[in-house]
Amino acid sequence: MKTYTLKYKKFGEHSILVEWPQIINEKVLNNILLFKSELDKKNDVKIISCKTSYNSLLVTYSDHNNKISELKSFYNEIKISKKLDIDKWEIPVCYETEFGNDLNLLEKNLSLSINKIISIHSAKQYTVYNIGFLPGFLYLGGMDERIFHPRKEKPAMNVEKGSVGIGGSQTGIYPNNSPGGWQIIGKTPIDLFDINRNKPCLVKPGDKINFHSISKKEFQLITVQEKSGIYKLKKTIND
Amino acid sequence: MIEVIKPGLYSSIQDKGRFGFENYGVPISGSMDQFSSILSNKIISNNDNDAVMEITMIGPTLKFKTETTISITGADMSPLLNGENINLFKPHIIKNGDILSFGKLKCGLRCYLSVLNGFKTKKIMNSRSMYANITKEFRISKGDILNLESKINSNNTISLNDFEYENHFKGPFIEVYKGPEYEKLSIKQQTNLFNKKFTVSNKNNRMAYQMNETIENNLDSIITSLVIQGTVQLTPSGKIIVLMRDNQTCGGYPRILQLNESSINKLSQKHMNDKIIFKLI
Repeated sequence: MKTYTLKYKKFGEHSILVEWPQIINEKVLNNILLFKSELDKKNDVKIISCKTSYNSLLVTYSDHNNKISELKSFYNEIKISKKLDIDKWEIPVCYETEFGNDLNLLEKNLSLSINKIISIHSAKQYTVYNIGFLPGFLYLGGMDERIFHPRKEKPAMNVEKGSVGIGGSQTGIYPNNSPGGWQIIGKTPIDLFDINRNKPCLVKPGDKINFHSISKKEFQLITVQEKSGIYKLKKTIND
Repeated sequence: MIEVIKPGLYSSIQDKGRFGFENYGVPISGSMDQFSSILSNKIISNNDNDAVMEITMIGPTLKFKTETTISITGADMSPLLNGENINLFKPHIIKNGDILSFGKLKCGLRCYLSVLNGFKTKKIMNSRSMYANITKEFRISKGDILNLESKINSNNTISLNDFEYENHFKGPFIEVYKGPEYEKLSIKQQTNLFNKKFTVSNKNNRMAYQMNETIENNLDSIITSLVIQGTVQLTPSGKIIVLMRDNQTCGGYPRILQLNESSINKLSQKHMNDKIIFKLI
């Protein structure tokens, strides 16, 4: 696989950082994820962890003798035809102003009606570029530029778990109560990150997300179902 | 078990860390000063990864409700067993009902208490390291009951006499590698990084240490990328931030330097107003 010219840098004693061109797009992301998934399959005991972001892959080793040349030739030999395991998730969101505290502000600043903002936000399919900042916080790309909106000048002290927000050109969901600077437009009753599950985080980088608008009644119902463990999040596998 | 009579300023249970979940945004955590924490385990023949108590600046008061063997390493906080001074770096046999407390902080900032076979608090995602929203508590509180095995070990222990341990955290030098964005700095900025003394600010905790002094910064932010324990970030206002054990897994500030493991341990023992000098490896 010689699709991109990559930069390899030693990062600390135990890690190698691999960098792709500094652009945000799905081709780059999928190339990174393919590299990671092939490395994962190798089950190399010397590799402790493999982490990705928009333009980079970080490989951490258990010892100091990691070699950039080995990693380089491994990448170059990956077959492009290999498929990625990508899931599509449908996340229910209640866009009532009771949850979306900043909808009124956005209506004014964007000169769009609240209904229009909701329909734009829930019409698009988003790509998970990265997970971080908080455990289970998804960095989603692909938002319609009509609803781009700057972050708050002063972050809110407590954004509730499940809140769906807009920060610049990105949208995302707060997996836990936390301070945060994004404009809040709704809330999901779904636990995106739950330490009690075998897989604490259902979604992984590369996956697709759709938001679908639900009423407050449905929100309450799903909350109860989610708490008792009977709600099943809709998932389809991409082909 | 141990009953927490007083929790101290900030005491938490830590091991080597939580590995394998970084891709979901979960920090590794673990003992800030891994050297001291592993040493404390070795003194009583524990495994390196057995969970210890990390104690910060002001020590707790703990009542043992079982017998065990303990050792304490790291910062000297004048530990007392039933009111009598005890030594660091030595195994101590504990009887049911004994009380461990701490006095004045003499040097360093964090000390490590190990008990035989480690603290048996709940393991979450393969680790006992406390971290908010992952473990139930992120530090110990008054009245907590901490489980441990009832067992003593008087034979198989190591005592370190006249151990020149303080060298581990004395002196201002912090060893670093160049970070991924180091080459983007001007020669003047690079020179300033190594010629200047930096002072640990009051913003220092398990997540990061911020310095008071600034470096002129004209670099753009980077696209959110990966950071690790010991990454030195340069913020838009020119502040220097060293990421520590509870660091977030990604960030958008230029990563100008990278501490080695032993310097992360060393920096963890520094407090507000301590001076540091970066030294290129």
